[in-house]
Amino acid sequence: MYKLKVNKKYYNVDASADMPLLWVLRDLIGLTGTKFGCGMAQCGACTVHLNGEAVRSCVTLVSRAVGKEITTIEGLSANSTHPLQVAWLQEDTPQCGYCQSGQIMSAAVLLRENPNPTDQDIDNAMSGNICRCGTYPRIRKAIHLAAQLQKKGGTK
Amino acid sequence: MTNIINTNRRQFLKSGAILSGGLLISFMVPAGPKKLMEPGLLPDPEATFSPNAFLRIGNDGTINVILAHVEMGQGIWTTLTMLIAEELDADWKKIKVEHAPPGQAYGHTGFGIQITGGSSTTYSEFDRYRQAGATARELLVSAGAKKMGVNPADCTTKNGMVIAGAKKASYGELAAIAATLPVPAKVTLRQASEWKYIGKGLKRLDAPAKVNGTAKFGMDIQFPGLLTAVVAHSPVYGGKVKSFDASAAKAMPGVKDVVEIPGGVAVIADHFWAAKKGRAALKIEWDNGDHAAFNSATQLENYMALAATKGLPALDKGNVETALGQAPKVIEAEYSFPYLAHAAMEPMNCTVKLTKDKCQIWTGTQLPGIDQGAAAKVLGFKPEQVSIETVFLGGGFGRRATPTSDFIVEAVHIAKASGKFIKMVWTREDDMNAGYYRAAFVHRMKIGVDSNGYPLAWQHTIVGQSIFEGTFLEMMVQKGVDASSVEGVSDSPYMTDVKDAYVGLHSPKLPVTVLWYRSVGHTHTGYVMETIIDDLATQAGKDPLGYRRALLKNHPRHLSALNLAAEKAGWGKPLPAGHFQGIAVHESFLSYVAEVAEVSIGNDGHVKVHKVTCAIDCGLAVNPDGVKAQMESGIIFGLTMALYGEISFDKGQVQQTNFHTYHIARMNESPVIDVHIVNSTEKMGGAGECGVPPAAPA
Repeated sequence: MYKLKVNKKYYNVDASADMPLLWVLRDLIGLTGTKFGCGMAQCGACTVHLNGEAVRSCVTLVSRAVGKEITTIEGLSANSTHPLQVAWLQEDTPQCGYCQSGQIMSAAVLLRENPNPTDQDIDNAMSGNICRCGTYPRIRKAIHLAAQLQKKGGTK
Repeated sequence: MTNIINTNRRQFLKSGAILSGGLLISFMVPAGPKKLMEPGLLPDPEATFSPNAFLRIGNDGTINVILAHVEMGQGIWTTLTMLIAEELDADWKKIKVEHAPPGQAYGHTGFGIQITGGSSTTYSEFDRYRQAGATARELLVSAGAKKMGVNPADCTTKNGMVIAGAKKASYGELAAIAATLPVPAKVTLRQASEWKYIGKGLKRLDAPAKVNGTAKFGMDIQFPGLLTAVVAHSPVYGGKVKSFDASAAKAMPGVKDVVEIPGGVAVIADHFWAAKKGRAALKIEWDNGDHAAFNSATQLENYMALAATKGLPALDKGNVETALGQAPKVIEAEYSFPYLAHAAMEPMNCTVKLTKDKCQIWTGTQLPGIDQGAAAKVLGFKPEQVSIETVFLGGGFGRRATPTSDFIVEAVHIAKASGKFIKMVWTREDDMNAGYYRAAFVHRMKIGVDSNGYPLAWQHTIVGQSIFEGTFLEMMVQKGVDASSVEGVSDSPYMTDVKDAYVGLHSPKLPVTVLWYRSVGHTHTGYVMETIIDDLATQAGKDPLGYRRALLKNHPRHLSALNLAAEKAGWGKPLPAGHFQGIAVHESFLSYVAEVAEVSIGNDGHVKVHKVTCAIDCGLAVNPDGVKAQMESGIIFGLTMALYGEISFDKGQVQQTNFHTYHIARMNESPVIDVHIVNSTEKMGGAGECGVPPAAPA
């Protein structure tokens, strides 16, 4: 039994020590916004925050998450008000949408660490997240737009 | 929205309108195309004809738009809704969108069966969805006039209200009355000059749910009592289970059952992780079957040998042998293309809740009607005993439209064998190794050119498996020629002015299952044609753009796309040192797309694509930003094909397993993309696939 803090709420989960956080979140807690894409940290669809750092939850053991603040797409903001979510909608970014939770969670760390990312910074931070629909040009625009929004309104 | 007004299904069938708490508008597809469906798979129309329609207006004013096509990223959630809204004057805040269940009313207006594919949704539904909106509006106006005691001619509609002078009534209030009125035989659609949405567009209606994690995909289905199933498949393609020992797997925590199904052994557990660990603990002896020696190198050799022979004619005009013999110069070329996996981001999965006489299925599918029939066949059920709820598709690209319903059938077998409610989840490796690939192809050609370097004789042989043979679309194979294997070559505009031409096709039968893939035959034919045209231009010492213009002089839509792309890309203007431009133009899915790519080649030989300028003539662009998004998407899909993309076999086994061995273009490889839409009043075409073919050759 592990006690986890996800999106500011506590959960007791009956998981084996080798169970990846992804499946704890999805199958035990029922937070399905975090997606399974590859199971080996290749595609980034499962990206969540562990104490504010982006991790691939498909290879992060549940034991490593104990005592840490876990944030998933569901906990990124109330009512989709994070500047990235606002910018994502403004640019009509998602297509099939399956990878987008992971994209936004990766971008959120980039934007917090680097409020003025260049195209090169975006390449460096976002190349671990695959989008098969090819929404990359819009993701890039949305990150730049979110940087502007963040300056104007601050993060919420 | 649950109150039922005085009617029943029988009346509904007669009147053509239903009310399940409101107004429902439905249209039947003309009977003709139904014959495309395999007998026995055709659902009984009366039995499945419950809430089948495109539009449902509740007494609370909620407007449910019901999509005959599925959302897999291409934006149809928004575009079809726009078509209804264009005629209905609805309150946007009250519109809800949902996928249709399987049902005859949702048959494709061209293909008959219920399918999302061929980049055809927008143009095939352009009239039907507008009519659905216009019919509903007319009924609501009649109802409003009746209620307010005014003449229908004095009524207008706006924002979900029928208005007559100072009087007004909401659509919600009027839905019940409207449902009792006879459906007008004919409605007048609005003129283009009156359009508010068409040609202008609207933000994606599915985007809000896709930025906060609430969008539901097949993978996200959960309900009490649902278990997860993971399947062990034969490592050798087409192998079968000889025997297995499940004792260790069954002893694993969380594992609930292990069952054998056709093609493998399924482990059923409380959750995915337990099922996956259970699968790893299985001891299975496989019968490798007949294909244990199958390998890509031998396949390629065989294909090359076949390509040297004539093949069945897809195009035969003049006398190509003689003409080649007389040509001042003959250019020969050979191309080969590997199998490709669709690799949608959401691996295949399917949830099945099977009870004694009812089977409920949740999945992301492009072919719900076919899947319903296939599931029923496994269970010995009638199709109407099987319900399918189509959730968002985490990518499709053709893979979620298998004529055999492969992953749905597998899930139903697990449910049947175990008696449990299961969500079958394929791992990425399962997904990548499960077949249904874009077929491998070889092209070989001999082109005789005149003294100016323009083609005068063209001999072209294509070798590759048929995707249509043995499927419900078998009529696409005529006299042994699968149209999808030769599309883009035999009908290429470059062939038009060549007097002597022969396009031959060999369709070898191989164990590997093959399937349509975003832009289908054009994935390889577009590449071959545009690359060879570049070679011919180079050998003629001509500019690739000018050479194409000369060949395409009688093809105005090709030219308009080509010229616009060239102009916007600044073709021929100076570029940064080490940068080059390439150009391509190709017609597919009734649309004409030209792309100019600006590339450089690094010291390591790696090609970097800096910018792609794209122009499309798709006729009327109903949702222009949606068209642009599909061009961006298609270009990056094409880039992945050009730079990476190969499924190969050795000893009957697929050698690629996951994204580290099957690469997909990433953010750092994504070029700047600049899309322009030709202002066109020509026939409408598709947008979902046509951006793919020119990307690689450009």
